[in-house]
Amino acid sequence: MTDDRSPEEWLAALLALLPPAPEAWLEAARQLPAARAQIDGIVARAELDAAYRARVVSDLEQALAADGIEPSEALQRELARRLASD
Amino acid sequence: MAPAELSDAELVRRLRAGDEAAWAIFVERYSRYVLAIATRAYRLREQDAEDVFQELFARAHAHLASLRDDSALRPWVAQLTRRLCVDRHRSAGREELGVEVDEAFAADTMERIDEALAVRAALATLSPDCQEIVDRFFCRDESYRQIGTALDIPSGTIASRISRCLAQLRKSYEGSKPPPPPSGDRDD
Repeated sequence: MTDDRSPEEWLAALLALLPPAPEAWLEAARQLPAARAQIDGIVARAELDAAYRARVVSDLEQALAADGIEPSEALQRELARRLASD
Repeated sequence: MAPAELSDAELVRRLRAGDEAAWAIFVERYSRYVLAIATRAYRLREQDAEDVFQELFARAHAHLASLRDDSALRPWVAQLTRRLCVDRHRSAGREELGVEVDEAFAADTMERIDEALAVRAALATLSPDCQEIVDRFFCRDESYRQIGTALDIPSGTIASRISRCLAQLRKSYEGSKPPPPPSGDRDD
């Protein structure tokens, strides 16, 4: 604590660097393991059904939402990556 | 063992074992850190910060096995987050984001964020009431009125409560720092 502020002001300034993330962001992150397991299911179905695969690839957001998964960009990228690597 | 007492190494062990409760602890423990890196160090706007936030946890979940040292979880998270922030700047284009990546500023801010985590660790040693009121005022930027309403305490008492809790925090934080080296070892 070496600047002109009091130690308490210095502590307060540091605390202000760490606000909480919005609850919606936290909930989406908490649900990731379950969402990734559901993505496994989508990918498995896409492997067996070419028409389904085409629909999923054309609209990743809809494919996730249809399975009750919040279609964040991160999950859409995950799904796209999984389908591309199959 | 309470979540706050779980070391990062033990947390990683539980994550690797597929412990769902451990995942929730990991998200809670690192959410502020990731957000701070994205918004303070790399000055991403909210939408971009949210994308980095979600991508970080997605990659952490997918690649935890690549973590070589279970006790090095925080630097691993920091490195992943930094890379995502830089990639975000590059892919979106500087004009759109409006802010260039200033790596010196980012590095300096990262140091302050790490120091802030140490302060939060000291805060966790205080009473729940102190933790709550300090977090609401300094981290959530709530007004005395908002705090008074949320915690059902007279708003006229909040300033003095904050002052007392900050004094306790200072004591706890200073007590957690290593003592300075003996004067014979100093350069000054």
